[in-house]
Amino acid sequence: MSARDVVLGRVRRALADVPREETPEQVPVARSYLDSHAPADAVELLAENLADYRALVHRATAAELPGLIAGLLAAREARSVLVPVGLPESWLAAAGGVRRVPDEASATPHALDAVDSVVTGCAVAIAETGTLVLDAGPDQGRRRITLVPDHHICVVRVPEQVVESVPQGLRRLVPERPLTWISGPSATSDIELDRVEGVHGPRRLEVVLLAG
Amino acid sequence: MSGTYLGMPAFPTAAASATRDGQLRANLTHATHTIRDKRARAVAELPDWALLREAGAAIKDRTLRHLDGYLERLEAAVTAAGGQVHWAEDAEAANRIVTDLVLATGEREVVKVKSMATQEIGLNAALERAGVRAYETDLAELIVQLGDDLPSHILVPAIHRNRTEIRDIFRERMAEWGRAAPEGLSDRPADLAEAARLHLRQKFLDAKVAVSGANFMVAETGTMVVVESEGNGRMCLTLPETLISVVGIEKVVPSWRDLEVFLQLLPRSSTAERMNPYTSMWTGTTDDDGPRAFHLVLLDNGRTDTLADTVGRQALRCIRCSACLNVCPVYERAGGHAYGSAYPGPIGAILTPQLRGVGSELDASLPYASSLCGACYEVCPVAIDIPEVLVHLRERVVEGGEVTRNGRRVRIRPARGHAAERAAMRAARWTLDHPGVLRAGQRLAGRMRGLQPRRLPGPGRAWTASRDLPPLPAEPFREWWRRTRGEQREAGR
Repeated sequence: MSARDVVLGRVRRALADVPREETPEQVPVARSYLDSHAPADAVELLAENLADYRALVHRATAAELPGLIAGLLAAREARSVLVPVGLPESWLAAAGGVRRVPDEASATPHALDAVDSVVTGCAVAIAETGTLVLDAGPDQGRRRITLVPDHHICVVRVPEQVVESVPQGLRRLVPERPLTWISGPSATSDIELDRVEGVHGPRRLEVVLLAG
Repeated sequence: MSGTYLGMPAFPTAAASATRDGQLRANLTHATHTIRDKRARAVAELPDWALLREAGAAIKDRTLRHLDGYLERLEAAVTAAGGQVHWAEDAEAANRIVTDLVLATGEREVVKVKSMATQEIGLNAALERAGVRAYETDLAELIVQLGDDLPSHILVPAIHRNRTEIRDIFRERMAEWGRAAPEGLSDRPADLAEAARLHLRQKFLDAKVAVSGANFMVAETGTMVVVESEGNGRMCLTLPETLISVVGIEKVVPSWRDLEVFLQLLPRSSTAERMNPYTSMWTGTTDDDGPRAFHLVLLDNGRTDTLADTVGRQALRCIRCSACLNVCPVYERAGGHAYGSAYPGPIGAILTPQLRGVGSELDASLPYASSLCGACYEVCPVAIDIPEVLVHLRERVVEGGEVTRNGRRVRIRPARGHAAERAAMRAARWTLDHPGVLRAGQRLAGRMRGLQPRRLPGPGRAWTASRDLPPLPAEPFREWWRRTRGEQREAGR
C-alpha cells in the first residue's frame, strides 16, 4: 500500500463520525464579516498605512514621474537599476546616468546582488493593510528582482489599482500567477520584539502614488 | 541542549528549573507583555473580529470534516501546475523523502525557511546524518541554531534570549558556520540584524536547494502560501533551483476566497501587525521565475490520530499564530523549552500529546501544564477551546481508554503517577464534607507552621514537585472571619 493510501485511509477512518452523505457545503461557514472596513478615502489610507510601516511615500502626476524617479535614484546614489521588460519607457526617461539592467532569466543571483535599485509597477494595492501586491506582470518582472537589490521603487496607479481591503484584493488577483505581497520594507522583531527594518529584502521601499 | 527533544524531563521538572531562571523570566515577561498589548490594539482595529474568528473556525472545521477530499483536490491542482506531491505517514518517512530529494540534486547544503513541521520531525538532524548541512535563515532560528539551542516560541523562537546573549552567540559561533560576525559587534538589534544579513546573504545567493513549510495550501488552486517578515522566506522560495515544502495535512484550506479570512486573522494575532511585511504565494512552478522543481511533502505524523478524537480534533485548526503563548501565565513563567516539543505553550499542551500520544511521562504531563484560566481560548483566532481539550486529555491520562495511534485503535492504561492524585482528590472531598475535621486540622497546622516543609512527602509529592507549598497562615481563614466579621456584626447591632 502506498503512503498516499495509508494517509488517506487513516483520514477516512478518523472521520467515522462524519455522516457519509454529508457534503462540505453542509458544514456552514458564515461569511458575515465585513467586505471592507470602509475607509473614507482608500488612497489616503493606503499612504498612511504604508508610511506607518516605514515605506517612503511620494506622489506624482505622469508628467512629474520621470523627474521624481530620477531624483529618488540619485538620492540613493544608484548607479544601476533593474528594469522589468514591460516597464513604461517614460518612467526612467530622466534617469540619465544610471545603468539599466534588464530582468533576464539568465541573470545569476550574484549578478542581481550587484544592482543598486529596482523600479516596478504593481498589480493591486490594499489600503487597509498598506500592502502592495506584485503578480509578476510585465511591469513588475520576476519575483527575485524586487528582493535582492537593496532599494525598491514601486509605482501605484491611483485610484485604479487601489482596493480597500484584503477580500477585495484577493478577488482582483489570479492565483495561478506567482504573487508577492509587500507591506513595508523587510523587517524583523526577533530580538526582544524590537522592530528592526531591513534584514534580507530591500531595506528601503519607496512608493510613488501616480495620479492621472 | 543539543537540538533534540528526546529524553526531555516531564513538564513539572523542566518548569521547576526554568522558573528559577531570573534572566529567562525577565526576557519572557518583557516580550510577551509587549506583544500582548500590541496584539490587542491590532485586533481592536477590526470591528468584525468576532465574525472573522467564527468564519476562520468554521472553514477549518469544514476542511477537517472533509480532509480526504480536499487533500486529493490539492494534490491534483499542484500536480497540474508542475509540482510533485509526496505523502509521508510519519517523521521518518518525511525525513527520508526530503533527504532523497536533496541527495538527488547532488547538493550537500540546503537553506531553510522557518518551519514548525520540519522542527517537529527533526529534519535538520536527519539531513546531517546523510551528510547534508541545513542552514536556518530566519533570524531567530539562526540564533537558535548558532547557539546549539532549541526554539522556545512558535513565532519568535529565540524569545528566551536577550540582545547581549545574542551578540555573544554571534561573536562566538558565526565563523564556524560561514561569515564571521563583524569586528566589535554591538548588542543593538539593528547591528545584530545587519550581522545576520551579511552572514546569510552568501548562502542565499549560492543555494541550489531550499526547504520550507507553508502557512496555507489552497485545495481549489494548488496555491501555497508562506507568511513572513524578513525576506529570508522569499530568498529561499525564489532563488534556488529546487524547492521542497514539508507541510502538515491540516494546513489545507478549501478555496482561494478562504485566504481573505486567514490573511486578516493571522498577522494581527501573531505579530500584531495589519499585515506582515512579506507573503509569497506560488502555484506549482512558473517558467523562468523561481525554482524549476517544486516538491510538496504532505505530512501526517500523528495528525490523523488527532483527527480521530472528536474533542481533540479542533487542535488541528491551529494556524500557529502563537497568541496563546503570549497570554499564558504558565508559559510566561516556565518558558517554551519546558514543553519538550516544537509546539510550546497552551497549543503545545494539547497538540503534542495528541501528535505523539501520552505514552511518555513528558507527554502525559503536558495536559497539566496549564492553570485552565481560559486566556488562550479568548485570544485564539480560530476559537480552539484549549481548556476543553486540556480537560479531555487529562481525563485520558488519568482514566486511560480508547485512542487512535498510528491509525490503529488501541486502549491505553491510566498513567501510574496519577493514581495518587485520584486518591488525594477523594481525600479532599471527604475532608471538605466534614467541616469539623477540617477546622481541627487547620488549627493544628497553624500552631505547627514553623515545622512546615517546602515539599510534601508521600502522595502529596507530585503536587508540590511543581509548586512551592504556600506558607500556612497563623490563623485559618474561618477563624479570622469569625473574629473580625463576627465582632463587626455585633458592633453594628
